[in-house]
Amino acid sequence: MARKFWIIAAVTGLSLATAGTALTSEADWGAFQAGEKRSGYTYAKAETRNIQDDDFDNPGFLWVDTGAELWETVEGTAGKSCSSCHDDAADSMAKVGVSYPVFAKELGKPINVEQRINQCRTERMGAEVWKWESGELLAMTVYVKNQSQGAPVSVAVTDELMPFYEAGEQFYNQRRGQLDMACSTCHVDNAGGQLRANVLSQGQANGFPTYRLKWQKVGSLHRRFRGCNKQVRAQPYSYGADEYVNLELYLTHRSNGLPVETPAVRN
Amino acid sequence: MAKAKPRVKLPKKAAKGEIIEIKTLISHKMESGFRKDSKTGELVPRKIINKFVCSFNGEQVFASDWHPAVSANPYMSFTFRAEESGTFVFQWTDDDGSVYSIEKKLTVS
Repeated sequence: MARKFWIIAAVTGLSLATAGTALTSEADWGAFQAGEKRSGYTYAKAETRNIQDDDFDNPGFLWVDTGAELWETVEGTAGKSCSSCHDDAADSMAKVGVSYPVFAKELGKPINVEQRINQCRTERMGAEVWKWESGELLAMTVYVKNQSQGAPVSVAVTDELMPFYEAGEQFYNQRRGQLDMACSTCHVDNAGGQLRANVLSQGQANGFPTYRLKWQKVGSLHRRFRGCNKQVRAQPYSYGADEYVNLELYLTHRSNGLPVETPAVRN
Repeated sequence: MAKAKPRVKLPKKAAKGEIIEIKTLISHKMESGFRKDSKTGELVPRKIINKFVCSFNGEQVFASDWHPAVSANPYMSFTFRAEESGTFVFQWTDDDGSVYSIEKKLTVS
């Protein structure tokens, strides 16, 4: 009798384990998976994935459209638009989404797409900077990164970038806040698990700026950083802070091999 | 995203009697009127699109009333039986009375 129970228990245990692996690691996610790396797409519900799959259904494309208009809009004292220098974004910006953040020699530190756009605006167009998380900056960032949609992220950490990359990695693994949690606590140690009702993803950066259903709009990676920091009850850094750019560098490099999904749709 | 921007997707051509799917999306905040301003604590006034109408050759073919629970950037899709060529007019009516509108042509062969 006792023996029978053991057998049943063993069989049930086995089937549970198989079902578990089929759901998490063995499912074929195609391009949304690169080795052990899995895009946030693979953690999203089918309903959410469906919205992203169709460029029309995806509300993030409202920002892409706005970005395309802004690309042609002349602004500033130099009387230029983005397209005056860069022509067709489909060609000139194709590599930006996969390679940023890059090292900016003039600043001696890494720079991300948002900062590059504003740098262009002030130095070459003679226009005012766009505020972080403003509709314009988000639209332009989404538009530029969208030109790389589908191409694998391939951030190169050069010697110049190494110290910043290491600072980003250190930030990632540093416990912080009242809850004493590091980024890695959720996104490495517990990826695939749950945080209350939310499924924890690996926290890959390949879909940003992403249309978040909760936000009901597109948001930048730095907004996500700030949200995460607040959730562990740490003091968030400001948008575009060096700490966050370093973290973005580490994180984007961590997503190497996954396709750029900008604008991704997440819950 | 200050100004509302409509997007509509439908096939340019259809066979007579064919059922086509029409997808629409418009950028809009859909401020429900229940949210409080985080700084002042005042209620943010309601500003939503309260009516969506689609007409074909001047005749109303689809309409819906929207309420505060509709999400931002509302998406609406519906089907239509193509019988003759003509022009669709899509209209979204805002709480403040402004109407956002877009036209699309359909050729039936």
